[in-house]
Amino acid sequence: MSVEFDTSSPKFAEYSEPGRLVTGDWLQARLGQPGLVVVESDEDVLLYETGHISGAVKIDWHTELNDPVVRDYVDGAGFARLLSSKGISRDDTVVIYGDKNNWWAAYALWVFSLFGHEDVRLLDGGRDKWIAEDRPLTTDPSTPPATDYPVVDRDDSTLRAYKDDVLAHLGSPLIDVRSPEEYDGSRTSAPAYPEEGALRAGHIPTAKSVPWARAVAEDGGFKSRAELDAIYRDEVGLADGDEIVAYCRIGERSSHTWFVLQHLLGFEKVRNYDGSWTEWGSAVRVPIATGAEPGEIPG
Amino acid sequence: MTAHVLPNSLAEIRDEFLELPEADRLLLLLEFANELPPMPPEYDGHPELAERVVECQSPVYIIVDLDADGLVAMHATAPKEAPTTRGFAGILVQGITGLTPDEVLAIPDDFPQSIGLTRAVSPLRISGMSGMLRRAKRQVAARLAA
Repeated sequence: MSVEFDTSSPKFAEYSEPGRLVTGDWLQARLGQPGLVVVESDEDVLLYETGHISGAVKIDWHTELNDPVVRDYVDGAGFARLLSSKGISRDDTVVIYGDKNNWWAAYALWVFSLFGHEDVRLLDGGRDKWIAEDRPLTTDPSTPPATDYPVVDRDDSTLRAYKDDVLAHLGSPLIDVRSPEEYDGSRTSAPAYPEEGALRAGHIPTAKSVPWARAVAEDGGFKSRAELDAIYRDEVGLADGDEIVAYCRIGERSSHTWFVLQHLLGFEKVRNYDGSWTEWGSAVRVPIATGAEPGEIPG
Repeated sequence: MTAHVLPNSLAEIRDEFLELPEADRLLLLLEFANELPPMPPEYDGHPELAERVVECQSPVYIIVDLDADGLVAMHATAPKEAPTTRGFAGILVQGITGLTPDEVLAIPDDFPQSIGLTRAVSPLRISGMSGMLRRAKRQVAARLAA
């Protein structure tokens, strides 16, 4: 059972898929409605415990969406177990929100999408905007009855890029959503402070730098369609039909940009490279560019 | 080279965590987050005096000082939106403050991995606490050398 779209926002109406976002008003009025499950997904594993939207369940990106051994996501059986335990049915409308402008919420949404969960939306502005609007939080535990979510194979072929896919992709649009310092390779650390996460600094050659936060408006929600088009189409030069890959450090900030490109701006072939810089920057003999310019396709 | 010895204060905190079922350990960590005292007035508003723990994803700053008796006093500040980091800081502030410098330098570096939170919190997040401990020990060593 799914829930009607939020058609209250003129801003949403301009996006290619207006139904992918909901406002705080819309959500607050529908809490507890059958067919609607609210999910909180944060960077901080304890934030949910300090107070969450009434009835919301917590899904932690690190301890629940990742495989505990292999660097990969849970498989179909693991995802079915997880969602069943959270009281989510395959045809439920899932609204995800979280901290940090919905980085991890967008990450969770992307993982839900790998499993083909059809109706999954974001609360525009996430947790911070909800709080800024003085909406209620509770520390009452949510204990929804378990469901029987089906085992569905994860489809990595359309929304996910692996390192070899990116090597083959060089020459097509590639978006680096990290900070300018990470992009140009200048980020250094003091002596005796080991730089963690990657052995080399810089970016994937030809990648254009568009830090994720450029898609965020002052109120913490997404910028308008016109503002986003000005960045991604006019400035970066993305065009309909382009095959696009976005990456960051581990794939969470680029999920945010992936959401913008795929669901708000209507690009149809957008993949998130979740291996991102922690893989690329440590892989042997992959090409790397440094400095503020994208760099050339290696001969 | 100092031999590694876990001080009683931190051993008690570790045992408190290990006595709980895994799911409840997060709530104990939240208690430590809530109990983290504010920065003392002489440091408050002077971020240049504090050291940022870059291993943590959220902005957390620590100051480790010696009091008039030569005992260690650790202070930390982290935003309320980062309760996990506040909890890590709270554990170390409670466990380290009042120790002698030698006792702090002898804390085993794998203390954060020993308190039964690795699975509930994830190894990546625990490494933020390891960074905090390493930096606290380095500050103590620097105070001794000064």
